[in-house]
Amino acid sequence: MRLPPSLRLSPRWAPYVLISPFLVLFAIFGVFPLGFSLYLGFMSWEPTSGLDAMRYVGLENFAFALEDAWFWKAMKNTGWLALMSGVPQHLVAIPLAAFIHASFKRLRDGVIGAYFVPYITSTVAIAILFSSLFSTDYGLINAGLKSAFGIENIDWLGQPQYVKPSIAIIVFWRYVGFNVVLYLAALQTIPKDLYEAATMDGAGRFQQFWYITLPGLRPMIFFGVTLSVIGGLQLFEEPFILTGGKGGPDQSGMTAAVYLYRMAFDFNDFGGASAMSWLLFAVVALLTWVTNRLLRPREGST
Amino acid sequence: MHPAGTIGRRQATGMVLGALAGAAMPARAAPPKRTLSVAAFPLVDEVIRAALPKWRQMHPDVEVEVVSRQYADHHTAMTTALSTSVYLPDVMALESGYVGRFSFGGGLENLSQAPYRADRLRDRFVPYAYASSLDTRGDVVAVPTDIGPGTMLYREDLLAKAGLSESDLGQSWESYVAAGRKLKAASGAYLIGSAQSIKDILIRTGLEPGQGLYFDRDSNVLVTSPRFVRAFEMAREVRRDRLDARVNEWSNEWAEGFRRGTLATVLSGAWMAGQMANWVAPDTRGLWRAGQLPGPTFVSYGGTFYSIPRRALPAQKAIAWDMIQLLTLDPELQLAAFKSQDAFPALLSTHDAPFFNEPLPFLGGQKARLLWRDAARRITATPEHKQNNFADEVIGTELDNVLDRGKTIGAALADAAQLLQRRAHR
Repeated sequence: MRLPPSLRLSPRWAPYVLISPFLVLFAIFGVFPLGFSLYLGFMSWEPTSGLDAMRYVGLENFAFALEDAWFWKAMKNTGWLALMSGVPQHLVAIPLAAFIHASFKRLRDGVIGAYFVPYITSTVAIAILFSSLFSTDYGLINAGLKSAFGIENIDWLGQPQYVKPSIAIIVFWRYVGFNVVLYLAALQTIPKDLYEAATMDGAGRFQQFWYITLPGLRPMIFFGVTLSVIGGLQLFEEPFILTGGKGGPDQSGMTAAVYLYRMAFDFNDFGGASAMSWLLFAVVALLTWVTNRLLRPREGST
Repeated sequence: MHPAGTIGRRQATGMVLGALAGAAMPARAAPPKRTLSVAAFPLVDEVIRAALPKWRQMHPDVEVEVVSRQYADHHTAMTTALSTSVYLPDVMALESGYVGRFSFGGGLENLSQAPYRADRLRDRFVPYAYASSLDTRGDVVAVPTDIGPGTMLYREDLLAKAGLSESDLGQSWESYVAAGRKLKAASGAYLIGSAQSIKDILIRTGLEPGQGLYFDRDSNVLVTSPRFVRAFEMAREVRRDRLDARVNEWSNEWAEGFRRGTLATVLSGAWMAGQMANWVAPDTRGLWRAGQLPGPTFVSYGGTFYSIPRRALPAQKAIAWDMIQLLTLDPELQLAAFKSQDAFPALLSTHDAPFFNEPLPFLGGQKARLLWRDAARRITATPEHKQNNFADEVIGTELDNVLDRGKTIGAALADAAQLLQRRAHR
């Protein structure tokens, strides 16, 4: 059946119509919430009174956030977790990728797949699995530590000093495979003849890694670290589920993202929560810029 | 949410197709049937469903849709619905803490005004339940259905082993802790799951009339008052003498403690007896007894209310009010809910029913409902504050600092006060 000409799409409009589903969805679920949260950041709002109950308060929410002890506590938690889960990811992923690249031929895809599986597994499933691994009396981790080192049972999720390490371990485990895949992709772009020439010149495996592989990976390190910085500062799901949505004992697992969620939904302060989310955005933007300055591939160097 | 005469999905599709074809198809309207939506959470939804046969007799033309979500999801959904006025149910069930929280906004219909005149129902409910249904202006914004009078459940066999009687346990908080030491020595059982629960009750006792839990009427912070110092001291004593099992309430270890008889008492709502009998520790049937909380102390452990959102469809409000009256004022339904769901009725006219006199097998045949009835009438309502949720957590954290990390009580409460002060007027 042919459509009547009046309903046919003219070639002039076709691209816009075809791209519009994304733009419409992005406007509804991306642009609008962003704008609304910025707007809310300047408002005092008792949410259950309805939308017309907002009252303009200027920068009061931002001032409150900056002086709020819990906001800084949450920011410190976030910084600690981002560092302790982020840095090891790359320190392990780069050599691991080089090792897989050099040593596996036929099994390569299977090995990469094994490392990548945690990344595509549901966070909820992971958190539930790990809370049973971390269980004080019956958990495998405590059982392992006891038989290997004779360490007494540790209350991983019940004592403030252990909560952050527990979360960091999970985050590390989850994202290391993703980084391995990134670095493996980058390794394939380093020309083989560089290694051949190095071998001829008598460079050992470590020297090859240090003088050829690492510089060759620099653009990807920049990309991977940027993703880790952004992801680490927005860490939410793992600590949220692992601590029952509350942040754990002494709020030691309460990241900035968890805290601002709680500000809104547990403590009914949507204005304060919005202000905090924009402050968090400022920190993410700043640290991304710093990463950029430190790691960006310099013109003409590679 | 589901107003009368909504266009069905099929009809809508038909209209779109009709428009596309350039020929309007006559949309056939279904016979008008009204729908009343009631949003609730588990167990309350069962109580509402049980009321439906009676409702159909009263309003054969009104279909009832019960929208049920898990407890936390329900209240988050209600917060969102009230804030955006979208997908508002006609009637919402609310847990008592949320009634307090929502009463600060203007999202709930003022039920004191005509045509509801709910203030006239005042004498029909347990006093504290009615008092909890008022907003800051003293208007009724919710109608109570069930309440949770506080009670102490204790293992009589373990008490006997230590040569103790109930009065040793319940006379005062000091005697409760002293009895705990003897209990531990004689039977090895812990007095209680967590020292935090002792603090939770003690900060709720000895309030001056009109004083809030953490803040007074003018949002002054009260957490450095003697009430908090005593609660913290008592909790610290219990922890220091290793009388608490250091398990979180509702954790697996906690439930296991009841099954194995390593926990001798539990301080909770009267509904706890039903929870214990049904799933926590059914095998310990007959070993437990109920008493008033040590002191004796009378505090509330939750309760359920029904409200009408202010922005609900005006045409539905009259019928929503009919539904609320059926759910809160019908003695027969109230008693049925008490029997099936342990929903202790807030409606006073049910309190003389023979059911209250029946022995409870789980409590060794004790007529404990009479005890809880007495407690219910002696509980006083505490005014809510916007920041109570936050304060709960700050105080809990500071008590942990005292119990586990040796922080002094003075420093802990001062730190808490500082945090709360900054939020008191937000």
